Amino acid sequence: MKPGHGEVLIAEGDVELADDERRLVEEFRRQLQDGQWAAVPLSDVTGRRQAQMVKSFADVPRDAERVIFFPRAAGGR
Amino acid sequence: MLLALVATALVAVALLSEELLPRLEELWSRHRARRRVAPPMPYDPGRERRAEQRARTLLRSCVNEEEWAMYRDLGFIRVWGAQADGPAEAGGTGGAPYAYLIHPHRAIVAYMAQTHRLLNEYCVAFPDDTRPYGSARLPDSDDVLAKWMALTGDEKRLICTANMHLPGRQLDPAKVKRDLWRLSQWERARLRAAARRAGSAPGSSEPGEPLDTAG
Repeated sequence: MKPGHGEVLIAEGDVELADDERRLVEEFRRQLQDGQWAAVPLSDVTGRRQAQMVKSFADVPRDAERVIFFPRAAGGR
Repeated sequence: MLLALVATALVAVALLSEELLPRLEELWSRHRARRRVAPPMPYDPGRERRAEQRARTLLRSCVNEEEWAMYRDLGFIRVWGAQADGPAEAGGTGGAPYAYLIHPHRAIVAYMAQTHRLLNEYCVAFPDDTRPYGSARLPDSDDVLAKWMALTGDEKRLICTANMHLPGRQLDPAKVKRDLWRLSQWERARLRAAARRAGSAPGSSEPGEPLDTAG
């Protein structure tokens, strides 16, 4: 998510392919180092939607379609 | 003596560096991201509208149909609270259901689901300090999605990060109560519409009753 732009595709690939996975892991780490939070939108069997906050690439479910990065929360006024 | 102290200090620094270096690098990169000066960018309403359109598409793809319809029709989303005794500093809910109202770029309001008693306001923002287009503010729908993800993903963490205030500091309690009334009316209307649809669905017709297939 970006101010003035909205959704931006950062990287895409297949985690089953070693090269793709390496690239995705690097990008994931870079985003977190830049201070972003990461979340995976999920849907359970009842159709309920929720997000799973992830702090490392290993936390991302292998079948996740996407990871969304957004600026970390700060106390507002 | 001095030599021994220096040697000990060197060993300690060497041992600690493995732990400290990644943290220092992270702090430095965050500091650089904050200091990065974006060139002044004139406000472009077209760009902002396109950004909001993209943000709405993303939000719609993440939340469920009811939440999306709520946002489209009412301008906010309700998220049910998941903590056993309510959000922090709310004085405990005794296990009664509570929820949050998420408005774009406004405080999150916690309230008791049955009585509509307002619990607290949680002021939270998701500023992008790199200001890619001159502003640190996410599009409205991205702000709502960020709050939705943070609340459904880790409610406690978001509530602890936010600045908590009593109801009425940022949002007019009368306006929030009106939003809750609008929400209940909206839910009733949806239930009625769903009942009508179920009543007119082909599966609900009596056996042997001819189906109306006229256009």
